[in-house]
Amino acid sequence: MQHKSKMAGADGDDSLYPIAVLIDELRNEDVQLRLNSIKKLSTIALALGVERTRTELLPFLTDTIYDEDEVLLALAEQLGNFTMLVGGPEYVHCLLPPLESLATVEETVVRDKAVESLRKISQEHSPVDLEVHFEPLVKRLASGDWFTSRTSACGLFSVCYPRVSSTVKAEIRQHFRTLCSDDTPMVRRAAASKLGEFAKVLELDYVKSDIISLFTALASDEQDSVRLLAVEACVSIATLLPQEDLETLVMPTLRQAAEDKSWRVRYMVADKFSELQKAVGPEITKNDLVPAFQNLLKDCEAEVRAAAANKVKEFCENLPEDSRETIIMTHILPCVKELVSDTNQHVKSALASVIMGLSTILGKDNTVEHLLPLFLAQLKDECPEVRLNIISNLDCVNEVIGIRQLSQSLLPAIVELAEDAKWRVRLAIIEYMPLLAGQLGVEFFDEKLNTLCMAWLIDHVYAIREAATCNLMKLVEKFGAEWAQNTIVPKVLGMANDPNYLHRMTTLFCINALSEVCGQDITTKQMLPVVLKMSNDQVANVRFNVAKSLQKIGPVLDSNALQTEVKPVLEKLDTDTDMDVKYFAQEAISGKYTTLSIFFLYEVASLGPLHLVILIHFSP
Amino acid sequence: MALSRAMSSAATTPPSVDKVDGFSRKSVRKAKQKRSQSSSQFRSQGKPIELTPLPLLKDVPAPEQPELFLKKLQQCCTVFDFMDTLSDLKMKEYKRSTLNELVDYVTVSRGYLTEQAYPEVVKMVSYNIFRTLPPTDSNEFDPEEDEPTLEASWPHLQLVYEFFIRFLESQEFQPSIAKKYIDQKFVLQLLELFDSEDPRERDYLKTVLHRIYGKFLGLRAFIRKQINNIFLRFVYETEHFNGVAELLEILGSIINGFALPLKAEHKQFLVKVLIPLHTVRSLSLFHAQLAYCIVQFLEKDPALTEPVIRGLLKFWPKTCSQKEVMYLGELEEILDVIEPTQFVKIQEPLFKQISRCVSSPHFQVAERALYYWNNEYIMSLIEENSSVVLPIMFASLYRISKEHWNPAIVALVYNVLKAFMEMNSTLFDELTATYKSDRQREKKKEKEREELWKKLEDLELKRSLRRDGIIPT
Repeated sequence: MQHKSKMAGADGDDSLYPIAVLIDELRNEDVQLRLNSIKKLSTIALALGVERTRTELLPFLTDTIYDEDEVLLALAEQLGNFTMLVGGPEYVHCLLPPLESLATVEETVVRDKAVESLRKISQEHSPVDLEVHFEPLVKRLASGDWFTSRTSACGLFSVCYPRVSSTVKAEIRQHFRTLCSDDTPMVRRAAASKLGEFAKVLELDYVKSDIISLFTALASDEQDSVRLLAVEACVSIATLLPQEDLETLVMPTLRQAAEDKSWRVRYMVADKFSELQKAVGPEITKNDLVPAFQNLLKDCEAEVRAAAANKVKEFCENLPEDSRETIIMTHILPCVKELVSDTNQHVKSALASVIMGLSTILGKDNTVEHLLPLFLAQLKDECPEVRLNIISNLDCVNEVIGIRQLSQSLLPAIVELAEDAKWRVRLAIIEYMPLLAGQLGVEFFDEKLNTLCMAWLIDHVYAIREAATCNLMKLVEKFGAEWAQNTIVPKVLGMANDPNYLHRMTTLFCINALSEVCGQDITTKQMLPVVLKMSNDQVANVRFNVAKSLQKIGPVLDSNALQTEVKPVLEKLDTDTDMDVKYFAQEAISGKYTTLSIFFLYEVASLGPLHLVILIHFSP
Repeated sequence: MALSRAMSSAATTPPSVDKVDGFSRKSVRKAKQKRSQSSSQFRSQGKPIELTPLPLLKDVPAPEQPELFLKKLQQCCTVFDFMDTLSDLKMKEYKRSTLNELVDYVTVSRGYLTEQAYPEVVKMVSYNIFRTLPPTDSNEFDPEEDEPTLEASWPHLQLVYEFFIRFLESQEFQPSIAKKYIDQKFVLQLLELFDSEDPRERDYLKTVLHRIYGKFLGLRAFIRKQINNIFLRFVYETEHFNGVAELLEILGSIINGFALPLKAEHKQFLVKVLIPLHTVRSLSLFHAQLAYCIVQFLEKDPALTEPVIRGLLKFWPKTCSQKEVMYLGELEEILDVIEPTQFVKIQEPLFKQISRCVSSPHFQVAERALYYWNNEYIMSLIEENSSVVLPIMFASLYRISKEHWNPAIVALVYNVLKAFMEMNSTLFDELTATYKSDRQREKKKEKEREELWKKLEDLELKRSLRRDGIIPT
């Protein structure tokens, strides 16, 4: 290799970077180092210049492609962005040989990345280069011995088809046809997954003559993993065809898929139902999809029912307006009613996440008469996830009938979730509290929910206490400082005398969260004295949290309070026997007195030292 | 599929919190573990099923038996819904006893297997066993920890399998007639059933497939190819297939019967399918069977040792210590049968890996690797090649002897060092003497590399600044 370095690159400096040294790096024994080098391949190429990258680096990469998949993945990705480094679009085809090898490796992620890069650089080929260099590569891959190259080929047809001559187009169509009936299911799956994409770039006549027959064949493949991919293609194909052809060309296959003996295929139909509905249009929806959807909602597999239940709202929304209400009331709602008491909790929970959305579609009267009983039933469901999903979507109902209709049942449901044994359930319901508070109003809240919110402050799980603190802040934002002063501040401050140090710390955390929303007055007069007093706490954790709190609430206080009250206490803590207390006291002090702008200080506390320097530098 | 996605978002609890307040994956799963039985065989069918009871085969004269046998086979094509435990109880019991009778009949009777019986037997078996397997409780189903979902219709299914095996093994069974009905499509459906979560069913399937492979020569290549496809899909697409261990077990005995020299097809299977199988997350579930297959291949053709070991080294686990221990175990099995000439070809990359394992902070990995020195055959190979192996191993061993946290490992390392000293004391002394300077040389090299990259990065930075017109060219 050494002798080659005489060939000077266009703008590389070979005295400094003989390719041998760089290639040594790419060959290093340590995978991690090899990986690092590959990730910096562009730097190496830059050092070599475009000519030597083309004549030396790329051949080397093509020859030594046997490596760990992780390295190959990085290589495949890099090469997709290499066009400028080999000299621009004129030379982009130099990148094809290494990518071609990468497109044949076994590991799927590497191959997919290579295909992605090939698709990317295909756009940078001129039409002539595409036919001379790129298309032959696709053909080679498509007729490769091992299945991996054929699967890769499937992803490349659609990018070159639109830009080649009609003879080449015919060849490409032929190759795609062959791969659709390939011997190995892996290749058929790859072809089926690209069928929709390929159909989009084909001329309509060929869609009708070629694609439909491929689609029909794949949709009745012996393997369900192939059949289910045809369902996806069905959406694209149906969108491409004129309405009058859908019935004969697409619908027989779609009907068959919706009743496939494999639940995986039916699941796929349910999962793609909204897309299918849009693709086939209102008439077919009314005649075919409505009964199909009913069947999916009643499917014997819970997986399928859950997927269909997820689509209930979207399906109803997209029904043609003239018959929407009738269809929902006579065909869909009866099935929905049954799902409310389904044996499988995932089905119920999927339904609960969308059922509230039906109220906006059906309007007030129908909601009260038909949907409300269902909401109430789901609010009492044994599975917490179902109840949570209902509660988290209350806003939809609120718009239509107001939340009061529900409050009777809502309260027990909330209370039960608030006390659920699983902390994640408790956490989830806390997160809805501000929303609920807004919808239910301050009186209802004070009367029924306030106690709950305070109880979470002494939960035995930290995440709950933390969320409860944050919740208080949001409530104050909603109800105002005065409300805070009357209802929650006294309770929070009362906890400062609790025998449990965790509860005393919660007081500090609450003060951190509340000081800004409560304003200077409450903070200075009510909160600060409590914080200062706690600086004498026996537990070091409480003391250093005092230092942290003082730093946090500093910006809210006036300079007089800072000087006369905060400063002495921090100085006292700075002489504490505990290392951590000292540390945080110093943090707070240095944050306070080195710059003039107190507001900046507050920001600085959460930044690193470098930012601090910058801020000091720039502050007035 | 969608369910499991929904589940996984709820199940990202950090493990440390689990113990205090369990909302762990486990408890989520347990909550929905009510359904321990499952069956996807039935779309809702309203009416109760009526079968007209037939006389027992032994109660009719011999000439009438074949006819009655056919009738009974036809009756047994009716499948019942076992998820509904209350429906058709009488008829379920009737079918069960009929199946039992059929099992006995094919075992002891002679002259019952008329040509017309073949399609009927295959039809009855197909109707009963071929079905879309139900969805698993979730994609996170962990076969090591979770109870498998059992097949609800097992009371009938078991007898059908039992009957089919007796039929295949019966002395009157003629593959030349049966091959019209037991064809590629039949085998394909049979292979799909290996994904069944019910271990009892997989066990029966194993026997069935083995018998078919043995009796139908025309299907052998097809079966091998389809197993290939299943494995490739398992490795590269889904990582989910319950019957891998069973299929490997069958393959183990198939490999045993391969003729020499091995066909290219078989070698490709080894390198492109069996070796990549090592990368799968659930390796522990089928590792024993897989290692057996690998060793079978190497015993057939020792020349395959190099590609196999290189393959294992390529896929060597980087973060999973448990898997590393399995790899080390398999490697020892391979070394047990390795030919000295093959050992020489592979020793350098091999011992570089072993040296990494020996210095693993996970003591089980280090321990497993150090156990190689208790293996007499491996020791003899190392001794013959000590001039190559010792320099590779020395630095790691020397460092661990001073640094490893686990005293048991340090003790093992001392033994290994002692063994090396006895083997080749001159080299050992040399390496000890140059240990320090070698380390310094390594450090220097490391520094040089850093400088190289720094220079390269400066260049890149300068260039981009130039391009943006910030500094003049």
